[in-house]
Amino acid sequence: MDIVAELLAGSRLALSRAITAVENEYENATAIMQKLYPHTGRAHVIGITGPPGAGKSTLTDKLAKIYRRQGKTIGIVAVDPTSPFSGGAILGDRIRMNELTLDEGVFIRSMGTRGSLGGLSRKTADAVKIMDAAGKDIIFIETVGVGQSEVDIVKAADTTVVVLVPGLGDDIQAIKAGILEIGDVFAINKADREGAERLKAELDMMLDLDQVKAEWRPPINQTVASQGTGIEELIATIDGHIDYLAASGELARRRTARTRSELIALIEEHINRHVLKQISSSGQLDEMVASLEKRQEDPYAIVTRLLAAFLR
Amino acid sequence: MEKRIRVLVAKPGLDGHDRGAKVVARALRDAGFEVIYTGLRQTPEQITEAALQEDVNVVAMSLLSGAHNTLFPKVVKMIRDKGMKDTLIIGGGVIPDADIPGLKDAGVSAVFTPGTPTGSIIDFIKTNVK
Repeated sequence: MDIVAELLAGSRLALSRAITAVENEYENATAIMQKLYPHTGRAHVIGITGPPGAGKSTLTDKLAKIYRRQGKTIGIVAVDPTSPFSGGAILGDRIRMNELTLDEGVFIRSMGTRGSLGGLSRKTADAVKIMDAAGKDIIFIETVGVGQSEVDIVKAADTTVVVLVPGLGDDIQAIKAGILEIGDVFAINKADREGAERLKAELDMMLDLDQVKAEWRPPINQTVASQGTGIEELIATIDGHIDYLAASGELARRRTARTRSELIALIEEHINRHVLKQISSSGQLDEMVASLEKRQEDPYAIVTRLLAAFLR
Repeated sequence: MEKRIRVLVAKPGLDGHDRGAKVVARALRDAGFEVIYTGLRQTPEQITEAALQEDVNVVAMSLLSGAHNTLFPKVVKMIRDKGMKDTLIIGGGVIPDADIPGLKDAGVSAVFTPGTPTGSIIDFIKTNVK
């Protein structure tokens, strides 16, 4: 039986190996994704993002346990940073999820960013699709610890939960652009610490300043994930968002936008690969660089000439 | 194709000494490996399942409690039973020389005792990983 058939029949090893094949771009990667594609689009994808140490893994662990009690199956893709120097990584998100390891209804996969800067890795979306095809009902994506501008999660998730902690800055931080714009739901974790109420007030103010009268005003929950406090309420809020997405038609809109952006990314990737492969193997690339260095040509003229040749 | 060696660094058994495991994890990271670190007091079942979900090339266990003769072979057997035929399994920690041949017979490819330079572990993995 091939890997896709095994995966669809429920093999966890096949699921795991399929993710590896796609992440490492093995020869069979495209074939795997092609065969799995018709089976995707069923899971609800929840993004968990926030600064390092905010408690994303612990929170994901607690949320997953509650969904398990409701009988739902869970996939978790946990992303941690890859070293820009060695290419290595310490993927440590499982430490907070050990109790889920032996639950057959849960599949956890750690990924290094491998050079991507948006808080996810380039293959995160594919890993989610593979888990989706394997029949997981809810898939969590835990991003790397983010700063202000790593917002790729919003393109990959149906519901984005931004996890914050008290004590990281004043209210000017809260009105800056970036991750605070992408939350469908906010969770103030470690809410037993000083400053939790103030942070909530600042966030409330920021959200109420929103000029676009949206149908969904992101709710703010307070949690202490390590003690399990506030988790049921957070789940209720997330479920509320899931209901809103369905009732308002927003889910369909988001998924159309995602399908479109994924297709564009794939086209770009293939054009890049095709063009670059051809001009580097033919030696054209070196000639172009040499011509630029002598100022015989300018780069814009080269690109125009190149594209004209390919589009003929 | 950009294959990267993935290593599960696991602490089976009941001892709480993870300095060694962390030093090794860090050295492997600096060698360009992806290291999945799962924390203390893992059962053989948890190590096996984590190895399966993470599709690692190597399982590296650190143990200082003296239970290596029981736990290392158990992990080897469980990993093979799950169909992970090629996973390289290595161990380290306070392990008497006399126990090493038995562990190797049980399928532990190498045992690294205190004082081993991290470079030898890295070299061993690079040479032997499939």
